[in-house]
Amino acid sequence: MSRLILPYSRDDEGAPPSLWPDYRSTVPRSPRQPALAIPQTLTEVTGPAGAWDRLMGPAMADMTAQHRGEPQGQRIVVTGRVLDEAGRPVPNTVVEIWQANAAGRYIHAKDDWPAPLDPNFSGAGRVVTDEQGRYRYVTIRPGAYPWGNHKNAWRPAHIHLSLLGPAFSTRLVTQMYFPDDPLIEIDPIANAVPMPYRQRMVSRFDMATTVPNWALGYVFDIVLKGREQTPFEDDHDDDH
Amino acid sequence: MTTTDLETREAAPRQDNQDPALFGQTPSQTVGPYFHYGLAWKGGADLVQRSEMGARLDLIPPEHYVLGDSNVSGTPQGKVILVAGCVYDAGGNPVPDAMIELWQANAAGRYASPEDDREDVPLDAHFIGFGRSSTDVDGVYRFRTIRPGRVPGPGNTLQAPHLALSVFARGVIKRLPTRLYFADGEGNDTDPILTLVPEERRHTLIAQRKPDGTWWLDIHLQGTNETVFFDL
Repeated sequence: MSRLILPYSRDDEGAPPSLWPDYRSTVPRSPRQPALAIPQTLTEVTGPAGAWDRLMGPAMADMTAQHRGEPQGQRIVVTGRVLDEAGRPVPNTVVEIWQANAAGRYIHAKDDWPAPLDPNFSGAGRVVTDEQGRYRYVTIRPGAYPWGNHKNAWRPAHIHLSLLGPAFSTRLVTQMYFPDDPLIEIDPIANAVPMPYRQRMVSRFDMATTVPNWALGYVFDIVLKGREQTPFEDDHDDDH
Repeated sequence: MTTTDLETREAAPRQDNQDPALFGQTPSQTVGPYFHYGLAWKGGADLVQRSEMGARLDLIPPEHYVLGDSNVSGTPQGKVILVAGCVYDAGGNPVPDAMIELWQANAAGRYASPEDDREDVPLDAHFIGFGRSSTDVDGVYRFRTIRPGRVPGPGNTLQAPHLALSVFARGVIKRLPTRLYFADGEGNDTDPILTLVPEERRHTLIAQRKPDGTWWLDIHLQGTNETVFFDL
């Protein structure tokens, strides 16, 4: 049986390197050998896209409603589309979300800097895109926080996002930043992505998404690797 | 004096991914050290039976565990295997804050994905083939799964049984894709991907069987035995 494998594209010019010495942890944790280019096979172009709810559980789109009371902080709505590189929507794909609270502290046991925890905020959620690739969730705006990379290092406020996309090849973990945050341009992690591509990780404040008397709105479109138009391999010979 | 229409004013847009001049792949960023309560669900590393494998419950206050439970719906077909290994950094130190993701075919060699539409190879209602394992305090990941069947490769080739793995960790800016093959795997010698790997580095992708039956493969992020990672 003939099988056409349409590969997904490789990293584009906005992709960060694995080694970025300003972000110190990359020095002992990044490979020194160049990554080996392999042809994409059935393994790389398949993925558990349709099974996200069986794997991870139902959507949790309101991260302000997971506990008895409301969390402290600025309530926000974040919405956008998941698209491929041709601008086509990626429907029914899961976006996993985790973040610090309004004071910049994670509920994680290893985060012990002296900012308050919020009993009403866990900071983990998940949404799934609709037929147009749209998603929407409600949370609170995370705070900036210090980290040990260098003296007086502070991470800009950010929300961690994890996407499976349709295939093993399209897997993406990224961070969404907020517009007009002066910490972005001095953050070693964001800076691993060169300008102007760094701006692809910055959300847009949006009045149309902002809900009167309730929450500020931000728009963030997420772009996954797209499928190339020419088959990589169509070599099966049924005549043997 | 005219007044501004205050209710329809918009904030000035900054350049971002909605700008056609900039539009393109959203760049990758690290999972950081605090991903456990957001990604690694109970049983994520157990594709065979219900358990809490894969989660680091020692790092998540119970009242803040909002992830799901095991999704195993019944016993999948095939041979149950344990797969494990230690993740090491350049200095040979275990990496206790990494996460390994797994994607694999079922025992018959079919992927639970709409893209794999070969109707002559059976699906397994109880097997998706995707898993996540946090590394433990000693840097060890661990999966319970099914030995996968062989799947087609390019042309007329058949791939040897393998697991597709992705490595995530603090200090890893973009996921590192790799594979795990089995030392006794049928077709390792002719596998279309394994044979692309320089012979002296192939061992970094081949799990060895421990006396207790566990298939063991260490992952070296850097150094003499650096794992072969793929450019996809």
